[in-house]
Amino acid sequence: MSLGLLSLIVLGLAVLGFLAGRQRALRLAQGDARRLHSLPSYYGWQVFLFTAIPALALMLGWAFVQPMIVDARVASHLVLPEGGSLELMMNDVRRVAEGLTLLPAPSDDLATLKTQLSDAGVALGAELRPDVLTAAREYHAESTSLRNILSGLVILAALVGLGVALARINPAQRARNLVEQFVLVLLIGCALVAVATTFGIIASLVSESLHFFQLYPARDFLFSTEWNPKFGGGSSLGLWPLVWGTLYVSLISLAVAAPLGLLAAIYLSEYAGPKTRATVKPLLEILAGIPSIVYGLFALVTVGPLLRDYFAMPMGWGDSSSSVMTAGLVMGIMLIPYVSSLSDDIINAVPQAMRDGSYGLGANQSETIKRVVLPAALPGIVGAILLAASRAIGETMIVVMGAGAAAKLSLNPFDAMTTVTVKIVSQLTGDTEFASPETLVAFALGLTLFCFTLALNVVALVIVRKYREQYE
Amino acid sequence: MTDATLHSAQPSRSLLASDARTRRRKAAEKRFRAYGLIAISLGLAALVFLLASVLGNGLGAFRQTFVEIPVTLDEATLDKAGTRDPKAMAKVTTVGYGKLIAAALEAELAAKGLDTAAVDSKAIMGLMSKEAAADLRNMVLADPSLIGQTITFDAAATSRVDGFFKGRVTLESAERDSNISPEQLHLAQAMKDAGLIETKLNLWGFLSSPDASELRPEVAGLGVAILGSAYMMLIVLCLSLPIGVAASIYLEEMAPKNKWTDMIEVNIANLAAVPSIVYGILALALFINFMGLPQSAPMVGGLVLTLMTLPTIIIATRAALKAVPPSIRDAALGVGASRMQSIFHHVLPLAMPGILTGTILGLARALGESAPLLLIGMVAFVKDFPAAPPEGLMEPATALPVQVYQWTQRSDPAFVERASGAIIVLLVFLLVMNAVAIVLRRRFERRW
Amino acid sequence: MNDMRIAERAVTSETSKMSAQGVQVYYGSNHALKDVDVEILDKTVTAFIGPSGCGKSTFLRCLNRMNDTVASARVLGTILLEGEDIYDKRVDPVTLRAKVGMVFQKPNPFPKSIYENVAYGPRIHGLTRNKAELDEVVEQSLRKAALWNEVKDRLDAPGTGLSGGQQQRLCIARAIATSPEVLLMDEPCSALDPIATAQVEELIDELRSQFSVVIVTHSMQQAARVSQRTAFFHLGNLVEYGETGQIFTNPRDPRTESYITGRIG
Repeated sequence: MSLGLLSLIVLGLAVLGFLAGRQRALRLAQGDARRLHSLPSYYGWQVFLFTAIPALALMLGWAFVQPMIVDARVASHLVLPEGGSLELMMNDVRRVAEGLTLLPAPSDDLATLKTQLSDAGVALGAELRPDVLTAAREYHAESTSLRNILSGLVILAALVGLGVALARINPAQRARNLVEQFVLVLLIGCALVAVATTFGIIASLVSESLHFFQLYPARDFLFSTEWNPKFGGGSSLGLWPLVWGTLYVSLISLAVAAPLGLLAAIYLSEYAGPKTRATVKPLLEILAGIPSIVYGLFALVTVGPLLRDYFAMPMGWGDSSSSVMTAGLVMGIMLIPYVSSLSDDIINAVPQAMRDGSYGLGANQSETIKRVVLPAALPGIVGAILLAASRAIGETMIVVMGAGAAAKLSLNPFDAMTTVTVKIVSQLTGDTEFASPETLVAFALGLTLFCFTLALNVVALVIVRKYREQYE
Repeated sequence: MTDATLHSAQPSRSLLASDARTRRRKAAEKRFRAYGLIAISLGLAALVFLLASVLGNGLGAFRQTFVEIPVTLDEATLDKAGTRDPKAMAKVTTVGYGKLIAAALEAELAAKGLDTAAVDSKAIMGLMSKEAAADLRNMVLADPSLIGQTITFDAAATSRVDGFFKGRVTLESAERDSNISPEQLHLAQAMKDAGLIETKLNLWGFLSSPDASELRPEVAGLGVAILGSAYMMLIVLCLSLPIGVAASIYLEEMAPKNKWTDMIEVNIANLAAVPSIVYGILALALFINFMGLPQSAPMVGGLVLTLMTLPTIIIATRAALKAVPPSIRDAALGVGASRMQSIFHHVLPLAMPGILTGTILGLARALGESAPLLLIGMVAFVKDFPAAPPEGLMEPATALPVQVYQWTQRSDPAFVERASGAIIVLLVFLLVMNAVAIVLRRRFERRW
Repeated sequence: MNDMRIAERAVTSETSKMSAQGVQVYYGSNHALKDVDVEILDKTVTAFIGPSGCGKSTFLRCLNRMNDTVASARVLGTILLEGEDIYDKRVDPVTLRAKVGMVFQKPNPFPKSIYENVAYGPRIHGLTRNKAELDEVVEQSLRKAALWNEVKDRLDAPGTGLSGGQQQRLCIARAIATSPEVLLMDEPCSALDPIATAQVEELIDELRSQFSVVIVTHSMQQAARVSQRTAFFHLGNLVEYGETGQIFTNPRDPRTESYITGRIG
């Protein structure tokens, strides 16, 4: 019985339980719902939960445990060849076992069976070995019998839950409280998904990074200035060229986005009339809504060649269309609204009384802005720019398509350089062996990136929050 | 007492006379204002330039050059036995169909009296996509009754011929191109004049065909990518909306204010700012390596995008819940409703427009996201459509933005046009989603 | 505070400093002020009283064109400052406001140091040639605002850290640092406790020796205490204007009388 069918049966029982529970509650109250503590449907829900939850939990737990039991039993049949991996062989076993269920009449001859299997869509890497076949049969038999036991147990659990719940029903019972308690647990569980995500991110980054540092010295990673991965081994995996590229691109992008975004925010919040504001602000925010792949293409197809043909080549600065400048410029455009929107909010939060005070002394608008509003809003604006910086550092597509792939420490902004995110992508895509330092380094890079952006975000959020409190 | 001397140097000036300093200050004011205007204009100019560049490069992808020839589907070649048995017919390979097309084309050229002396027959076939024979074969296999008839067959021209009529390929560039010669282009021009070649709208073809190999950009389409993206959006919607709403309800309405919930809140704010590539790493380590889910599957993509979208949805939902005035909750509690009932009967329905708006915007962001999908193997070349859900969720697929990235990595410049075209499609989807969100907000927004 | 005791309390002047003729103010379609004529005398404290929304603050804000910062406001009529029309096209409101300073209802020091708050006006108007002069102006302004002794040791402390009364006096110091000819005060004591109010009132009386002061107030006692002349506004009209003593003891208009005796308000 497949798990899907089993869950359907359980749910079906639960629905029956709901109806029966409601009915029973009403009957116990002699058809007068006012004699019940809770509305009749709450009694139904209560039975529903009693039926479904234990059975489904059992199923879920079993689904985790069963492969382990089966694997352990089956592994004893296998003869591990010299240098072979048990993992790979178990994969074969599983595939063959799956194939056997598909075949109407599996042949006993190994070669015939192999062709039969491949006709059924089960491609095997190596020869089909007798011990694998035995193991596969054993696997099949074990799984089937365990699955049958499970099915029985699950249905039993559902029925027991249903019976107990129905028997418990009486008019004074606080069914609503119980159901609401359950919903509350559900809500908390959902809120914890966010925590689990963070935990998952940190756990996966840290564990794989540790794995990496066992294969490659942490000192070299942290202090070497050379990045030269070779998939044959003997790579140099120094962090610095990548960090330099990342910072350089981010710096250029902020040099574009910070002044433009800030001036735009000032104009919109202080000078523009409501109509201009209502049209220009959403237009600028479109820039933030455009996916970064679009900017990547823009950098690759338009901005890169433009910069190369009209600036870099005539000036003799380089002949690469992907460059730090290309990526930085395009990223800067993307970040304008990040800076302007938040700065706009922050400038608007500066109390009008401040401005009045300044106007009352005979300051004109620009003097008021430069000497009163901006200094008052400064912490918030710094926070906004830090948030934009964190975006810039974590941005991937624009640099993948615009900055190039050469890891080098250069000052020339028209050189192609690479960033942490670019290398994460290039080390983790394509057919790579997962246990090699060249692949695992991506996790160490990811950890670096995560720490960088986390620090920037936390600082920025704290600053912005402090600032908001100041004027609330 | 020095009061009397204070500012005594300042004579009382007339209001009407403006001195040098005032003029300077006025000029500074004007300059400052101009800086703001310039900044805004630069931002808007960048937007216009960006969109113009995408449209300029990409609109061509929706038009395609076709060679239109009448082909006689000869029974003797295609179905020797005459049984119309699909298995027997499948034995005829694309080579057989290719010969049929070549013969038809040459006959048609002769009939129109076009001079083919400068080009050999291989070069004539070279005007058409290598996919043409396969297309014809699929057509016949799908409808065996066509055999024996003479049909008008629209074969896609190769990307070079297509590029020639769109201005991307010129006679000069053809000199240096091993894939096309100026003579072929002359013939193509002559064929166009004779009405054998036509560049026409190919919207449906572009949107529905699957990806094609490096050598056949003219038939590459977005079908698999759109389907893959749709699957992922479905997963994101089904998971992130309920989980996000439930989490927000707990945090906003139920949670006690203590260190724990504070930590969860800080956590969510930070998650919203974690770079998307980090989510990709998480998905690779957790879903693929640890849980053993298949690479390139929409399921995995949907899960990682869900995790990415959750913080956005939670933040939007909490704002929507916060906007419902406490008096509503008090009113419900006042008539004896439980906390849970007051939320689910009153607060949540009132907050729904705001929640939906936030969800749509979150989905739009997820739709355009590509970096994490690169890491879970969605860059693989996928030509086959995944099956319908639920099985299809585990089969390899790709996504719109990733398809764009893939196409930009290919050498043939025709793929740049396709990539830009794909971006236009992506932007249209995003535009529609945002428009829906805005309409929702306008229609249902309530000010308390 | 001995140095603050030199104000010549007896000063009264009959020279007109500002004169308003037929002033009308509209906020959008709302006619907020109807045909107001007022002469503001030099070196005199003039009080504007009246119930909330009567237009007294609006009129005050016309006197230094602060209404310009409200987009929907429209001002008609003439207001002269020493014979010059302040709404003339050639007049820069900035220059005007340097001559007609303003103190607001709620103390609004800039989030800067005490010194920077006071130095702000002289800096933007370029009134001093060097740091020493600026120091001098700051000190004198703080002395005149009766704040010097309390803050002279912490001029670098943020102005927002002072108490409410101190903040308001700081704002007054800031306003007089540009040596205005007229000082407008929009309910300067409404956010202050009685002790701080008394300090500010005392200060206003002293400022009269150098400036023409116009004060908007809700409190009739305050108007009676600090002003020499009083104008009573009601529903956008100037009902009565004259010597403070006369207004309070012998009002000509029945509406003034009702207000003063507490029947409308």
